[in-house]
Amino acid sequence: MFGLNRNDTLLLIVVALLTMLAPFLLNPFPEGSSLAQFNGGYPDLMQRFVIFGIFAIGFNILFGLTGYLSFGHAAFLGVGSYAAIWMMKLLTMNVVPAIIISVIVAGLFSLVVGYICLRRSGIYFSILTLAFAQMSYALAYSVLTPITGGETGLQPKLSDPRILDAAIGSGVTPRANFFGIEMGTSWQWDWNGWVFTFNAGYYLAAVIMLVAFYLSIRIFRSPFGMMLRAIKTNQNRLNYTGVNSKPYTLAAFVISGMYAGLAGGLLVAMDTQVGPERMFWTASGEVVLMTILGGVGTLIGPVLGAGLIKYMENILSKINEGLLQKWFAFMPETAGDAVVTVLGLFTGKGWHLTLGLLFMIVVIFLPGGLVEGGKRLFGIGRRKKKAPPAASPPPTTTPAE
Amino acid sequence: MAILQVRNVSKRFGGLQALNDVNLSIEEGKVHAIIGPNGAGKSTLLNCFVGRLIPDTGTVMFDGKSLLGIKPHEINQAGVSRVFQTPEIFGDLSLLENVMIPSFASRDGSFKVNWWNRADREKDVQDHAEAVLQEIGLYEKRHEIADAMSRGDKRRLEMAMCLSQDPKLMLLDEPTAGMSRADTNATIDLLKRLGETRGLTKVIIEHDMHVVFSLANYVSVLAQGTVIAENTPDLIKGDQRVKEAYLGTEAE
Repeated sequence: MFGLNRNDTLLLIVVALLTMLAPFLLNPFPEGSSLAQFNGGYPDLMQRFVIFGIFAIGFNILFGLTGYLSFGHAAFLGVGSYAAIWMMKLLTMNVVPAIIISVIVAGLFSLVVGYICLRRSGIYFSILTLAFAQMSYALAYSVLTPITGGETGLQPKLSDPRILDAAIGSGVTPRANFFGIEMGTSWQWDWNGWVFTFNAGYYLAAVIMLVAFYLSIRIFRSPFGMMLRAIKTNQNRLNYTGVNSKPYTLAAFVISGMYAGLAGGLLVAMDTQVGPERMFWTASGEVVLMTILGGVGTLIGPVLGAGLIKYMENILSKINEGLLQKWFAFMPETAGDAVVTVLGLFTGKGWHLTLGLLFMIVVIFLPGGLVEGGKRLFGIGRRKKKAPPAASPPPTTTPAE
Repeated sequence: MAILQVRNVSKRFGGLQALNDVNLSIEEGKVHAIIGPNGAGKSTLLNCFVGRLIPDTGTVMFDGKSLLGIKPHEINQAGVSRVFQTPEIFGDLSLLENVMIPSFASRDGSFKVNWWNRADREKDVQDHAEAVLQEIGLYEKRHEIADAMSRGDKRRLEMAMCLSQDPKLMLLDEPTAGMSRADTNATIDLLKRLGETRGLTKVIIEHDMHVVFSLANYVSVLAQGTVIAENTPDLIKGDQRVKEAYLGTEAE
């Protein structure tokens, strides 16, 4: 179906179901219960899941396929965001032109950056991209203040021209919308104490994420994707095979830059403000973590990694000392205090510590990321079933789902 | 007719004169061996054919076109395929993909963003790659990962990659280096068979006299960067200068 093979179609359908049913799946605990704070099914977080999923999917097309590790992809995300907010200030609060322009501008910017950075490979390439991203950050922060709003960033204001919207009617507070449907619109469903929130912005972003995911599957399975994987394993050989590897790496770089721009545009569509911190190097590092945590070069891995990191960032950081004390009140006072002190280091503001530990565990024990972990769990069950391995089937070589 | 013409090629690395006024002409349809002791400049010469090195002086003409100063992928697209001394393959990919990539390069040129089609639905390329793997005897292993192969199989895979492009000229850099006697003989048989079925023009750089004398139609002997003798294998065996420079006292 959709020109994909059976497994890929299945994967796409599963991902589609998961994203469409996310408001239920991410809210497993009833409102008011002590576990309700672990619910991730609120619009802001769900939007982040899919938007950073897009960012990581695109990053994986470059890093996962060609092996070129960019440490500056947040620059494209930021450039996409600035382009989108300007579209909203000048043209219309409808998110469609904003999203389209963010992809185009990020694509052009990544073409320039990629053309320069791809003259080197390996660590030198990574350092060049990092330098570019930090330069972009510094420009946005100070030099280009008239365009970027400097430290405070940009928001739509009532006084903005908004040429298209002005024709319809002025004096309305600027809210991002999709042909009239405001991104912030939510519909809540109360059911036996559970509250499920369906948000217009989330569903728009989720549909775009599904399209982006589908396109990435096509790229992975295409002759173009095969060339990119060949670059990762032996670029020198590829050149002696009659393939000019330079434009291939550049194409992959631009595609992943466009994905990053799309993510940046969507961030603005959901929350109409931009600041330069979006381009800071930690943001570039985060997408590397997401991809490695989920599984480099796998289709679904980056999405899982993005989800996990964003979940931890939002949920783990909310667990403060008071909450911990409440949980461990049943323990004797000294023991309880000790547990709270230790756990306190890993929660709240210390959530990065948990992330770091998790990252180390994954890299050391599961180099293939969460996807490999899942496969191992799944593989154990399968191995038990077929006891006499008469003739083992040839291992498939397509990248794992 | 000479398909590859090398005229007055010299190359110097610092104080070392690696190649000194080398003249060669490779005839179409022939197997031309270039032999010589270590450091004679054989690999330097080969690197001048594939765009890795540019000679200081002289010309290298392939099929009426100069090969100097153009990129490796352009030389390959012109019809020159190379087998490396240590097998250079796409280790993470399957054997079939390893052969499909050069086939794509032959069909689509050096760059094409063919991202919408499915690689496994490109029937012409896939059938072609499978046929080549069949020819070389690796068809049964086509879905295995290339890195898991034995060294001999990797070498054969690399030959399959070259053959899939149906090159006008195939360059083999010590195709039996590091192989056991049995593997060496198997490779000789394979190359002989390919020579009969395809009539390829080949340039073989080799240390192993056994290989040279069983495959080559013509032999050039390189010593200290200069061609000291050129002749058919039988006559080269008896050449006194060659014995002195290369075969030494162990001459057969």
